[in-house]
Amino acid sequence: MEALFFNVSSGYLEGIVRGYKSGLLTQGNYANLTQCETLDDFRMQLSSTDYGNFLANEPLPLTTSTIADKATQLLVDQFNYLRANAVEPLRKFLDYMTYAYMIDNVVLLITGTLHERDTHELLERCHPLGVFDTMPALCVATNVEELYQSVLVETPLAPYFRECLSAADLDDLNIEIIRNTLYKAYLEDFYEFCKSIGGPTAEVMYDILAFEADRRSINITINSLKADLSKEQRAKLFPSIGRLYPDGNNQLARADEIDQVRQACDGISEYRTFWDNSGAGAHSNGGDLDDSSAISRLEDKFFAMEVHKNKQAFLQQFQLGVFYGYVKLKEQEIRSLTWIAECIAQDAKDRINDFIPTF
Amino acid sequence: MSGQNARENVFPTRMALTNTKLRLKGAQTGHSLLAKKRDALMMRFREILRKVDEAKRKMGRVMQLASFSLAEVTYAAGDISYLVQEQAKNAAFKVKARQENVSGVTLPAFEVERAQGSDFNLTGLGRGGQQVLRAKEVYAKAVETLVELATLQTAFTVLDEVIRATNRRVNAIEHVIIPRLDNTIKFIISELDEMDREEFFRLKKVQGKKKRDAEQAERLKAIEGAPSDQPVKDLVDDTTGPGDLLATKDEDVIF
Repeated sequence: MEALFFNVSSGYLEGIVRGYKSGLLTQGNYANLTQCETLDDFRMQLSSTDYGNFLANEPLPLTTSTIADKATQLLVDQFNYLRANAVEPLRKFLDYMTYAYMIDNVVLLITGTLHERDTHELLERCHPLGVFDTMPALCVATNVEELYQSVLVETPLAPYFRECLSAADLDDLNIEIIRNTLYKAYLEDFYEFCKSIGGPTAEVMYDILAFEADRRSINITINSLKADLSKEQRAKLFPSIGRLYPDGNNQLARADEIDQVRQACDGISEYRTFWDNSGAGAHSNGGDLDDSSAISRLEDKFFAMEVHKNKQAFLQQFQLGVFYGYVKLKEQEIRSLTWIAECIAQDAKDRINDFIPTF
Repeated sequence: MSGQNARENVFPTRMALTNTKLRLKGAQTGHSLLAKKRDALMMRFREILRKVDEAKRKMGRVMQLASFSLAEVTYAAGDISYLVQEQAKNAAFKVKARQENVSGVTLPAFEVERAQGSDFNLTGLGRGGQQVLRAKEVYAKAVETLVELATLQTAFTVLDEVIRATNRRVNAIEHVIIPRLDNTIKFIISELDEMDREEFFRLKKVQGKKKRDAEQAERLKAIEGAPSDQPVKDLVDDTTGPGDLLATKDEDVIF
């Protein structure tokens, strides 16, 4: 039934997004980019793609951070165009997508306030997708209590803050715990929203969000193995969606070492492959060092899987997952570009192919 | 050169000669000691030079690795610089200075002291935490290399200065002080010889004068009292003879 009326409200924008998607860099583009000797060549190569001459007015010498900034700016412009033309429920969907970046920005401001810095200069460092109109109002707050109040009043993140944290928590808890608590609440809420839209959107988005949730759970577990984070605290950070929930999450919460994380993932055939190659490498060579390299390869595999899932979003029509998929793919593309640029700038040609191509 | 003919301003006495000889001996001992010190320092200097070279090459590699690991962090976790800056409370990496003694030269040496535990080990909890940890390790190693290099560089400059000073001293002793003392000794000896000869000549003169006076007196006597031969014989003793100066005990000669 959704298919019947989908195009009335969101058909135009879906067309736009699919157009944007075909502008993503291809394998051929990447192959050309990796051959570049200097960042100037890099810019030349990019000018023949959809990026056009986005670096034309940049003063030489180029830095990798300008490339990343400018590319992000392109994405933001596209996103803002989509958002400006969107109607419900796409409008709300796109808003939800910005919340993830908002969490990062608000956490950044909290960090600034906690350490009594001038938060105004932090506004520039905020992710442009997560900027909201009332964000400068948060800078007025001089202590944590005020900040908490203004977050509740001014930001769309209010429900997450209200449910998960109190003003005192902002002071006591590690900032990363706050961030991940908020993110967990956000993922769950986003999922609920997608379910309320129903139809293919819910199906597609469940797949993506479940993976995102599982990835976070696994990452949090791995990263907190050696850190001073109690198991109860860790368990609280796991989103209650995803394919690992609840059984795998329980196992993750109890995990003391990498092998237990691996066992927790064994229940899901898709995730088992993450460990297959890395596991074999660790066994043949042995030692702690391989564990860490296996983990860093795991990160790459997560990225590859994310790209795969987002690409799948494009296989279905008449649903909102394409918007999410496009933004994530574009983000990954920017990351890949930055990586290639960084490798060129630092003359590390042997690692230049370690990026994740999108299409 | 000034060392060629210069000598110290002393009176050419035997006392001064003894003193100067002693000083020459001292200068020679000092020279050999300083030369030994210089050689030891030079050995150390060369070693440090080699190490500095090694460390610099190593630093190049390590720094490259480090900045690349930061690129990995940016890839996986995004920009975390502000969070890390704000959450760092205690210095996890401290440098301590101590002193090392190389043949009498104190060289400063820096030591790394790493505090365990960290303030931001939860950074990148959601994603990229492993990369953050690794970047931290790699950077810590890079800074360790820098500290090592700093130790070597400081030792290098200090040693360089000391070696130069020592060299200057060795050369000064070898080319200025020792020749001067040598010259002084030669001068004193030649002066003393000269004085000896003068004395000898003077004595000769005195003897000659006395002899002439005696002859004159005899002649006068002969003219006054020609008849008597005997007094003349009494005046000049035949056995000793008139020319033998040394046999005659003369009260004017002191030694």
